[in-house]
Amino acid sequence: MKLHEYQAKEVLASYGVPVPEGRVTHFPYDAWMVSMELGLPVVLKAQVLTGGRGKAGGVKLAKTSDEARDIAQELFGKKLVTKQTGPKGVIVRKLLVEKAADIDRELYFSIVVDRTSSKPTVIASKRGGMSIEEVAEQYPEDIIKIPIDPAVGFLPYQIRRLKYDLELTAQEKEAAKIFSALYKAFSEKDCSLLELNPLVVLKSGHLLAVDAKMDIDENALYRRREISRMRDLTESDPDELEARFTGLNFIKLPGNIGCMVNGAGLAMTTMDVIKLAGGEPANFLDVGGEATPETIAKGFEIITRDPKVKAIFINIFGGIVRCDKVANGIIQALKTVEVKIPVVIRLTGMNKEEGMEILKKAPMQFYIAEDLREAAKMVSDLSNNKNNETEKKPAEKAKAGKKEK
Amino acid sequence: MAVCVYRTSRVVVQGVTGKEGRYHALACRDYGTKVVAGVTPGKGGMDVEGIPVYNTMEEAVQNTHPNVSLIFVPPPFAADAILEAVGSGIKTIVCITEGIPVLDMVKVKRVIEKENVTLIGPNCPGIITPGATKIGIMPGHIFKRGSVGIISRSGTLLYETADQITKAGLGQSTCVGIGGDPIIGTDYIYWLEKFEQDPETEAVMMVGEIGGNAEEKAAEYVKNHMKKPVFAFIAGRTAPPGRRMGHAGAIIMGKSGTAEYKYEVLRASGVHTIENPGYIGETIYKTLKEEYSL
Repeated sequence: MKLHEYQAKEVLASYGVPVPEGRVTHFPYDAWMVSMELGLPVVLKAQVLTGGRGKAGGVKLAKTSDEARDIAQELFGKKLVTKQTGPKGVIVRKLLVEKAADIDRELYFSIVVDRTSSKPTVIASKRGGMSIEEVAEQYPEDIIKIPIDPAVGFLPYQIRRLKYDLELTAQEKEAAKIFSALYKAFSEKDCSLLELNPLVVLKSGHLLAVDAKMDIDENALYRRREISRMRDLTESDPDELEARFTGLNFIKLPGNIGCMVNGAGLAMTTMDVIKLAGGEPANFLDVGGEATPETIAKGFEIITRDPKVKAIFINIFGGIVRCDKVANGIIQALKTVEVKIPVVIRLTGMNKEEGMEILKKAPMQFYIAEDLREAAKMVSDLSNNKNNETEKKPAEKAKAGKKEK
Repeated sequence: MAVCVYRTSRVVVQGVTGKEGRYHALACRDYGTKVVAGVTPGKGGMDVEGIPVYNTMEEAVQNTHPNVSLIFVPPPFAADAILEAVGSGIKTIVCITEGIPVLDMVKVKRVIEKENVTLIGPNCPGIITPGATKIGIMPGHIFKRGSVGIISRSGTLLYETADQITKAGLGQSTCVGIGGDPIIGTDYIYWLEKFEQDPETEAVMMVGEIGGNAEEKAAEYVKNHMKKPVFAFIAGRTAPPGRRMGHAGAIIMGKSGTAEYKYEVLRASGVHTIENPGYIGETIYKTLKEEYSL
């Protein structure tokens, strides 16, 4: 779960990390008022849950209160398009107005869980303000990585080393306090990422966390209620949210073939195989280990809500859940949800034959495929309106549903 | 021969009285696995269709001498369950639980490394040697004893791969699901080494997915240490960057972790990459026959 910058700063401030004075605003005049209270100049920062907002024009400096109001006017409701959001962008609904800092130099500091060493790792650099990927490319020698042993924490000698590498000898006590506070916040809030870019040295010599990013481990939210209350759902896709509440794992994609699969790995593979067959997946959907009539019906409902979808591909590997049960589930689901587009089904695993029989006798029409390849070809052709071609080959199967009375 | 688990393995199931734990404990026993005990705090003295239940791992170990633990404990308590198994002297642990907090796993990982424990998972389907032992939740009937070892990050994709290999006329020596989380107990390298030593295994299939760099590290290992042919498929070529594709570990961050990059590294290390998942069984069969005359 991603936190907004202002939320992350609230959390960090509670650990004693210095952050700029500022307030969240919701209206242009709000920004005008706040700028007068804080003193000028101020920085206006769009609060959106995506990286790269600076480049997209979501961060601006105002020298007067009128300017702050005008910028706020322009930013509220603006669609920010970043690399992460894709063309649909994200609408600015909140602005953080902060007193502008008198910056001497910018540093980079972050803590992540490194998958290779399986340890929380501090990454720091004296080159802050640019993306760490760019620093890694241009100045790899200026990146410091310090793995932390979870049993003993962020140790004094490691903090000392950081202080020398970041040239913070003049503010050593302050720096040491901030660095250990950051690690404390990271572990106590179950962060998967805590990033200050930049952490700045002010002209006055003090340190200030000018920007803050915090991602929280979703699996740990049960024990971080104070954090889960901060969740902002306004930027989430409503269909993806609905799916999540039903226990489905759904991600929208730009194509026109709806997919329903059990298991995350197989769901990804299904998308890949569709693409290889010349089709375009419209979503990732993992219905979980137990494909019940309810979850399948919900899946159909969410998939068909997207008007782009021209065909549906159901790919179930009956392991724990038997194919006959899945087949019955599909038929029951289709009695409650009306689906007007072609449905290609590939069922395999436990009780496959029984499942196939049930589908063939069903009162609705399906395209039944034997394996992954055939299914992908069928559904891709259907989505590209090449129906004739498809019907030639698996004709007897495709028409199996016509036994209906 | 087999890898890691054997017909003689004695299994204790932690979380045996839960719905899932009970179902799979019995399914494993039906497959032929020796399930000797179960553990659920507060349910000691009960039995699950003949499997005695204990309150603690220590009691279970003293009374029934298991050497493998299979864990179905809910995520908030799962890390503790793993550590309890370690504390009781168990050296092989299979953790099925999905959704364990990452920082819990950071601590677990440190302990298992120190204690030299083999942890399979978490968030995995377990391990199976077809026809002999199943310690996990996979459907036993799709597997057939043979010569291909499978290592997979995903569950259903492991089944799909095994099924294709079976249909191609081959079989599997041992199949292991190493788990879809960012921090897991054993990586590909651990299993590649085991399969290289196992006389029954003639080839290894790696089923990977986007995110992390486990496949890249495995490629390096294959290049330097593997004599047996290794195959690989990477799921998620069409996944959008920055989105978590179901598994907590399946996410592309920046340039690393993409399927293209993984394929490139694997190919350069002499791994046979299979980029179309519809052709896994067929490709392995043909390659083994034509290039290795196996």
